[in-house]
Amino acid sequence: MYSALWRLLPGGVLPKLLQLLVLVMVLLVVLFEWVFPWIAQVFLVEQSTVD
Amino acid sequence: MTLSSKKSIRRQSKLMHFIGLTGEMLITAGVIMGLFLAWYLVWNDTIQGQRQKESAITLSQEWRSDEPIQVESELAEPTVMPSDEEPPVMQSPASGDVFALLYVPRFGPEYVRKIAEGVDVETVLNSRTLGVGRYPQSNQLGEVGNFALAAHRNGWGASFGSIGELRIGDRIYVEVSKGWHSYAFRNLEYVWASEVQVLNSFPRLKVEATGSRVITLTSCHPKFSDAERIIAYGVYDGWYPRAGGPPTELAAIVKGGR
Repeated sequence: MYSALWRLLPGGVLPKLLQLLVLVMVLLVVLFEWVFPWIAQVFLVEQSTVD
Repeated sequence: MTLSSKKSIRRQSKLMHFIGLTGEMLITAGVIMGLFLAWYLVWNDTIQGQRQKESAITLSQEWRSDEPIQVESELAEPTVMPSDEEPPVMQSPASGDVFALLYVPRFGPEYVRKIAEGVDVETVLNSRTLGVGRYPQSNQLGEVGNFALAAHRNGWGASFGSIGELRIGDRIYVEVSKGWHSYAFRNLEYVWASEVQVLNSFPRLKVEATGSRVITLTSCHPKFSDAERIIAYGVYDGWYPRAGGPPTELAAIVKGGR
């Protein structure tokens, strides 16, 4: 999976590393801002109200 | 090399490829789970809380610029006393509207949160900019009776994360555009989620009005669980009109230019 990704990315070692870095950052932002909040909202419901 | 052995090598390499792929996916899943824990335990508390605080400070600054505080009089009189006036009563805000700001110095010298109408999980309690909500069935802010709020103990900004650290007499301030309501913390109580009597006009009593103004904060207990609820009660302590300046304890955060 990762070796295929490495082959797909154009350029030499340094450009490939830079592109990977950008990909990882984008992935982190998507996870932290949207995916994780959604998972917690749906699966880890902690009520703090009395009702 | 015979044809059959070539085939077997190809089959073996296919198998190895499959095992390698599975391994990579498992490692990826493990890393993502680790990231989720980091998000849940750290990011969702501190970074989220920071965002809610910043959004609250923006509103406080708007109110301040609407009616600037006279700095000179504050310097001459460093201890701001509450006014003798009756506090203003909040007119029923629409659901989801932000109508006040909450300051609890015990939760940190810079602690401030927006208070919104309603305790809906998705739109208020889990919101990136809100975090604290008023129970619509409780009394209005400033009205005689019980002004009851809810917020998370952990995660989603953890607005009431330090609720268990309140000590008797700790001030709880609620800022509105006209000034500051002040309450003094009285006691904690641990209850089941079904005990809605804590929201009564006077908590736990069936009487309509005792003449007292009370603030009630509810959150989950223990941390990371919602098996029980932790309740903090405060009694009304005074009203500080905006023209007289903020209560001394809040001067730093309100005027700090933050």
